[in-house]
Amino acid sequence: MYAVQMRGIVKRFGDVLANDRIDFDLEQGKIHALLGENGAGKTTLMRILYGLYHSDTGEILVNGERVNINSPKDAIRAGIGMVTQHFTLVPTLTVAENLVLGDTTGITLNPAKIERSIADASQRFGVQVNPKALVRHLSVGERQRVEILKALYHDARVLILDEPTAVLVPQEVEVLFESLERLRKEGLSVIFISHKLNEVMRVCDRITVLRDGRVIGTVEKTATSQIDLARMMVGRETFGVTRQGERARGEALLRVENLGAIDKKGMLALKDVSFEVHTGEILGLAGVSGNGQTELSMILSGMIKPTQGKVWVGQRDLTGADPSQIGSAGMARIPEDRHASQVGELSVAENLALDQLDSFEKGGVLDRGRMLKNAKQLIAEYQIKASPGDRIRTLSGGNMQKVLLARSFSRQPAVVIASQPTRGLDVSATEYVRGKLIEQRDRGAAVLLLSEDLDEIMALSDRIAVIYEGRIMGILDVREATVERLGLMMCGTC
Amino acid sequence: MLKFRIEKVPAPFWMRILIPVAAVLVTFLLTSILVLLAGADPLKAFYYFLISPLSSQVSAIEVLVKSTPLLLTGAAVAFAFSAGYWNIGAEGQLYAGALVGAWLGIVLQGVSPVVGIPLMILGGFVGGALWALVPALLKVKWNVDEVVTTLLLNSVILFIVSYFLNGPWRNPVSMWPQSPEIASGTVFFKLIPRSRLHFGFIIAVVVILVEWFVLARTSLGLRMRAVGLGKDAARFAGIPVGRTMLTAALVSGGIAGLAGVGEVAGIHFHLIDAISEGLGYTGIIIATLGALNPLGVGISALFIGLIDTGAQSVSRALGVPSYLGDVVQSALLLVVLGMFLLQNYRIRRVQPSAGDNVTPPGALAEEAKELR
Repeated sequence: MYAVQMRGIVKRFGDVLANDRIDFDLEQGKIHALLGENGAGKTTLMRILYGLYHSDTGEILVNGERVNINSPKDAIRAGIGMVTQHFTLVPTLTVAENLVLGDTTGITLNPAKIERSIADASQRFGVQVNPKALVRHLSVGERQRVEILKALYHDARVLILDEPTAVLVPQEVEVLFESLERLRKEGLSVIFISHKLNEVMRVCDRITVLRDGRVIGTVEKTATSQIDLARMMVGRETFGVTRQGERARGEALLRVENLGAIDKKGMLALKDVSFEVHTGEILGLAGVSGNGQTELSMILSGMIKPTQGKVWVGQRDLTGADPSQIGSAGMARIPEDRHASQVGELSVAENLALDQLDSFEKGGVLDRGRMLKNAKQLIAEYQIKASPGDRIRTLSGGNMQKVLLARSFSRQPAVVIASQPTRGLDVSATEYVRGKLIEQRDRGAAVLLLSEDLDEIMALSDRIAVIYEGRIMGILDVREATVERLGLMMCGTC
Repeated sequence: MLKFRIEKVPAPFWMRILIPVAAVLVTFLLTSILVLLAGADPLKAFYYFLISPLSSQVSAIEVLVKSTPLLLTGAAVAFAFSAGYWNIGAEGQLYAGALVGAWLGIVLQGVSPVVGIPLMILGGFVGGALWALVPALLKVKWNVDEVVTTLLLNSVILFIVSYFLNGPWRNPVSMWPQSPEIASGTVFFKLIPRSRLHFGFIIAVVVILVEWFVLARTSLGLRMRAVGLGKDAARFAGIPVGRTMLTAALVSGGIAGLAGVGEVAGIHFHLIDAISEGLGYTGIIIATLGALNPLGVGISALFIGLIDTGAQSVSRALGVPSYLGDVVQSALLLVVLGMFLLQNYRIRRVQPSAGDNVTPPGALAEEAKELR
């Protein structure tokens, strides 16, 4: 008996095919894992199931019947509940109040009755919460339990959990797994989205692996292993860019020592991170997104300060420096979010000059002639398909990236920090960017490449480091690195 | 079954220019309803609003007089908004400038205008800038919302002004709450004899032109606009965001202060409580209507000045309440804001595809029933 069946689901976002004819069957009373790297399409698929997105084509069956899910309200009515990574609780209200938010039966509230039914559900499912507690005072793990209880309170028979252990400490993870066992005994079905192989192998019965929007396979836990899953997740043996000959490596130029950082939620994002990048080499940092790369990239661009540790470029201590100091130290930064690092409403010429306005002004007045000349030169050199006066936000992703590259690389940087440089780009733009990175390395720069694309890392890097939950799991020479080894490290196993 | 989908598509250039014009038309359409309710003819009302002020030399000059402080407050607000600093305190900064102007008018007895007028200008600017200082520092250092702080300080300066006018500066003979007449050397001379048009108008025009130059042609202007259009991107490019915002806030306050000193030195020649009746707030409308471009601000200020002048004749001729002019201006702001938001969205029709699970099961059942 299938609790949920999704057939032929296709979802496009502009150019990107997020879900490519996906079939997904959830057996009743089972815990089913949805495994894949970031961008594989897992969250998109579940959002379609929960009514947050509409699929372009495909159908959904719940308990064998076709249903039309246009919004979360329909999903809840169909018995589907979802707990996302970003909690939707109101901190200033109590647990009980949060649970009944959105409950449209009746006009009046009966507090005693609410608390009783919460206590009932709590006991039945073994999810311990205090109905009177203010959400603000609850720990992250407790809040997650409230979210789960919220779904159960609305009579969910199918529970979708999106990366539930991402925000939990080990002890809370244990509590969560116990709760899931209890739920399974009660006959609930659970979809467990994750990229953590060890947890998936522990608690799930069946596993579906997604990659690039497609189902690679569905296996029973008993018939597979972590290594098999890793191989399914990260893919092929062959790579797009052919490797050049061996380069002679220089001395360590960028040195990162014992770096620590906290993320926006106040949790530890980087724990004691140390590595070096030598001149004339590309150090690739592999890892699923959300393991600290964003924080590392932001520290190295000067957008946030580390809580501990040091950053050296040559002899200069750049710990906690701001972006202009880092730029003048010869560090080129290609940021993750190309939209947030260029001013969309300003022109190409203005953005190209923005980080060095001092060299484009005379006594405070902008030398627009020089800006224009500079823009024309860089447009030609970097094959940017735009005119100097075009607004940046009208450019395609690939061309926006080229503008960033042009701005950074034209200064002959000594160090290059490239974060997800080809994310969201088409094939030709991707090849162009990769070629430019190799060019910089050949020039003698020290290049740090952070990428979720393992193919890219393996094709471009001289050495590969893997980051997982804020720690460097290991640094390998590219000749020793295999897909399986890296995949395991990326998922937390060494 | 037809479905509609809302898409976000940035507005083309020609649409952006037409928006203020379309907004004016829509506003007048909306306010026509009010005019009809007041028992008057909308077309006649708009003649008095827009045409009749320009029909005589006297009223045309009056339009320029009314526009003078509006040019300055509009410029002040636009300058701050360009850097993403939401200065709602132009009204208070205006009063601060007026206060300093009134004080200078008292202490600079017997000076020549060559000395007096520049000092008035400087004093008005400094007064406005000082009043803008505290909210700016709070914003830059602790990210305290400047909308709240600048707005609340408006009330504070009003009471301070009231204190002076009812206390130390009160006219001892008439007991009227107005400051003493300012010294003759501090008066802004008239541009056209026997009219109300004064030197402040020249100052306003110069400020508009300088502001245009700064925003469009200097590195400070580009930095400000980068901060206003993309704070993170600006920071990423190494622009000192805090310092840039602070500069924008202080200069904005100073320009608003100039509006205040202009009213004191050019129109009233002393300070009164009612020296401004919302000129600072109207500046916000003007800045928005002008899309933060100083030249657009200039046109909008003149336009609002036109409406202000016309509003008086409308009420006299047709008997509609005189605050209809205020209603028109406020409606204009709302319409313009709405249009600026909506210009970036399109409604597109979506044709359902073959395998689409859009048709609700209920509809199919209904059709099945009908066929049976």
